[in-house]
This record gives sequence, C-alpha cells and structure tokens, in this order.
Amino acid sequence: MSITAEKRAKAPHKVRQIGARTRAQRKEAIALVIPALLPIIIFSVIPLVSGVAIGFTDATLKRNAEISFNGVENYIDLAGNQRFWGSFGIGLVWSASVALLTLVCAMCLALLLNSNLRLKGLTRVLALIPWAMPPVVIAIVWRMIYNPNSGPLNGMLSWFGIPGVNWLGDFSTALPAVIVVGVWSGIPQTTVLLLAGMQAISAEQHEAAAVDGAGVFRRFWHVTLPALRPVIFAVTSLDFIWQFNSFGLIYVLTEGGPGGQTMIPPLFTYLEAFRNREIGAASAMGNVLVVAILIILSLYLINQFRQNKGVRA
Amino acid sequence: MTARRPWYATVLMYAALAFFLAFLGFPLVWLVSASFKSSQELNSLAVNLIPAQWDFSNYASALERQNLIPAAMNSLLVAVATMIITVLLSMPMAYALARLQGRLRAAGTIWILTSQVFPSILIIIPLFLLLRSISLNDTLLGLILVYVTFTMPFTLWMLQGYVAAIPVELEEAAEMDGANRITILRRVVLPLLAPGLVATAMFTFVSAWNEFFLALVLLQSPELYTLPIALRSFLGAEGQTQLGPLAAGAVLATIPSLIIFGILQKKLTGGMLAGAVKG
Repeated sequence: MSITAEKRAKAPHKVRQIGARTRAQRKEAIALVIPALLPIIIFSVIPLVSGVAIGFTDATLKRNAEISFNGVENYIDLAGNQRFWGSFGIGLVWSASVALLTLVCAMCLALLLNSNLRLKGLTRVLALIPWAMPPVVIAIVWRMIYNPNSGPLNGMLSWFGIPGVNWLGDFSTALPAVIVVGVWSGIPQTTVLLLAGMQAISAEQHEAAAVDGAGVFRRFWHVTLPALRPVIFAVTSLDFIWQFNSFGLIYVLTEGGPGGQTMIPPLFTYLEAFRNREIGAASAMGNVLVVAILIILSLYLINQFRQNKGVRA
Repeated sequence: MTARRPWYATVLMYAALAFFLAFLGFPLVWLVSASFKSSQELNSLAVNLIPAQWDFSNYASALERQNLIPAAMNSLLVAVATMIITVLLSMPMAYALARLQGRLRAAGTIWILTSQVFPSILIIIPLFLLLRSISLNDTLLGLILVYVTFTMPFTLWMLQGYVAAIPVELEEAAEMDGANRITILRRVVLPLLAPGLVATAMFTFVSAWNEFFLALVLLQSPELYTLPIALRSFLGAEGQTQLGPLAAGAVLATIPSLIIFGILQKKLTGGMLAGAVKG
C-alpha cells in the first residue's frame, strides 16, 4: 500500500478539491497542469497517435516522396512475414521465461532476506547492484562472462574438463543465455516489491499458524503466498510486459543473433525502421505489439477487478 | 518469522544465500577485476578475481580512447538538464494530481499507467520524424526533451505520493492566515517536499544517465554520443575489442548510478511500490 492510499482511506473527506468547484479553482488547476502537460502532449501523446497512423502508410526514410495511406497493406504483408512471427514467438518465450524465473528467484531471495539470517545487510546491498548498473554495462559484463575464449564461465567449466561453449553464438544456448541475464537484471525490483509485501504481513498471522503446528513450508503456502497474491500478480504481469518491450540488453548482447535466435519483436521492429528504413511497415509491427500488450493488459485489469470485487464481497 | 527451524533448513538457507550472493555480485566483481587486468590475462581462460598483476593503464587508455570523456560530458549535461527540467515541470502537476479529485486525476493516473506499458519502439518512430521536422534530431536538446517526457510518468507518480503525505491541514491553516496559493506552495509545501524532490531528481538523473535505446535512435553524430552509446561503440567485432579499456570505461559509467542507488535504495522502494503495484 502506498502512502497515498492510506491517507485517502483515513481522511477521504479532507482531500482538498481543486476540481471544478469554482472558475478560479479550475483556472488554478489548469495553470498547475499545463507546464507538464505540454511536453507530454507534444512528445508523447501526438507521437503515439501518429505512430498508430504511420502503420497504415507506406512511409520510408529512403525517399522524400509523398507518403500515402495504403490501408491494411502493411498488415497483409506482415501476416505472411514468418520472420516477424518467429520473433513474436521468441519474444513470448523470452518475456514469459524472464518474468517467471525472476519471480521464483526473487521470491526465494525475499524469503531469505525476510528471515533471521546473518549477512542480510550485505545481501540486501548486493541484491540492488543489477538495478543500479546501466543496461549497456550489464550487457558488456555478461558478454565478457559468456566469452568462449576468455570468459570465466568456460574457465570454470575447464576446471572439470568440460569443453567450452560459445554461449551467445550457439543456436541452442543463445536464448537461454540472454534469459539468464534478463533474470539477473530483473531480480532487484521484484525482490524489493515482494519483500515490502512480506513485511506488510503481520507477525501475528505467522505466530498463529505456528501455534497451530504449521511448519515453515505450510506457513509459506497458507499465510505468505495468499497474502502476497496481488503483489505477485501485479509484479509478474508488469514484468512480462516490460520484458516484451525490452530492447537494449539483447541488442548489445547478441543483436538478435545467432541467426535470429534472440530476435525479439522490438529489436526486429527497430531494424525494420532504422536499418531497412521502412518506417510504415515498422509502425505496423509496433501496432501489432500494442494490440498484443492491450490484450495482456486487459487480462490483468479483469483479474484486478475480480480481486477487488472479491475483497468487497 | 520467529518459529524454530530445523538445522538442515538453516544450512539450506545459507547455501541459497551464498548462491544469490555469488550470482548477483559476481558480474560487478568480475568487471572491476577485469578493469585492472593486463590484456594477456584477459585473453586467457584463467578465472582470477584478483588480477595476477595490477594494471592501471586500462583506465588511462579508456579515457584517452575515442570519445569517452566527451561522451561522459554529454551524458552529464543531458542527465543534469533532464533532471532539472523534469522536476520543475512535474512538481506543479504532481501537486495537482495529489490534491485533485475527479476526472483530471483519473485521466492522469491512466496516462501514467499506459505510458509504463507501451512499447517505446512505436513512439520513437514518429518522435524521430517529429524531431527531424523541427531540426532537433541528432541534437542533445532533442534528446533532453524526449528524456523529460519519458521520465515524467515516474517522477509524477513519485512526487504525487510525496505531496499526498503532506497533511492538507497545514495548507488550510496557512490559507486561514490569509496566504494565497503561491505563498502556500512556496512556504508550506515546498520545504516539506524537499526530501522527495531530491530523491525524485536523483532518480531522474540515473534514468537519463543509463538510458540507451532513445539515444541510439536519436543521436547519429559520434561527437554527440552519450556514455552508453560510446561504450557500445567500443564493442567492435569480438576479436578486436580491447577488453581492459572497455571494462575500465564500463566501471566509470557505473560509478555515478551506483552511488546514487546506494543513497536512494530505501526511498526507491516506496516509489517503486506505488508505481508498480498500485498502477
């Protein structure tokens, strides 16, 4: 729960209304909002709308010829574009794996940090490292770690006489290798959120369960997990969407290679727009991604709505 | 958790903790150690966390190389400008969002949520065309304007949380004393908001400092490259990359955000929580 929600719950009648009470107050509200609203409209809302529109044109960066609407032509082309749908599939595997594995790892880590172990302070600080590192640096470090000829991963394998692997260059290992990096960099946020959720669970609940004879695992299953369900659901679905939209990490790690094995849709779209310079077709791909995300989002909102109803009933 | 644990559970938990410590910490440790290694050692399969010979020349050659110092200056300029402009623009609207009821607040909240989930690749194409048509593509000013817009959803959300935590009674009391809105904002709200503003500003700085994708699309001239773009251009074909200077440059690029995250870690938790869970 955020500070906001708590405050509102406590004193809903005390929230000041700058709303549409009087003309003066309305003017005041507009004056407060305008400075932020202008850049938002110019650099976010208008591009978003025109981005959708460009998806229905034949625009390119190659020529200065007139741009014309070509209806659904881009989408007909896209329907037959197997490389795009391939990247779509890879993107789903990538974001689902990263979101779920991050959740599992973060849950373990949050449980450890929430228990009475030593070294917690150190772990807490270390757990934030991936969060603080610039994505480009993360990609550079992991490229070094995965390097077949000088990376520590193959170095460690050689201790056991296991032959090295070209982790990012091999068809079968490239996608799992980037997924590991995605999980590594996603752990801090999810851990912090789960930990905050855990600390909101009252100690009495655990004690009551313990008195009833519930062991560590049963208490996790019957007390912690149900209480965390809304957090888990929100964090994982948002993480899924963020990963589906991610770009920098994979771009620097593999540029989508080898042979398109790690080509996720945003990367594919980027190459179409700024290397092939087909911005009409690329925007159409962007639109397809938006529709996919809206579907995911509506599932999330429906679930959210159901939960709220459940709480009230 | 207060209940007793069986001994094997404790052992298991420490093993898990050790695993996470190694998994999460290793890349940074490896990077720092690589930045002090000789190229000979870097090109071998030896797994040494402590360099056999400390080689400080990587840092010197990273700084001499290409455009790393100008790139760092570009990043600094862009991040500071983004930070200042974003906070100045967000502050009034965050105040309105926190104290407002009804349609405008709902619209603002929906927009903040939507902007978190839309793929930036869709927005960057028209944005690129827009900036080109007003001759701001391939300029740092254009990049700053885009960063301001892209960081605003989060800063608005963080800041409105901080505003909401300020008791309305204080403002009402000032109003009774005859203060007008501007005075209330300056004398009552602003001082109480200061810690929140600092946290938000630092977060905005790090976001702009670390950002990669938008800079990659919007900047074409090497002399305008920000640090992430310059580092990425270090990576040539795998064989030609000089790993030592690359690692040194990567360490230097990480230091500012590592420091800020160290300072911020507690405050971020609250902001993140509001941003991600409340939605």
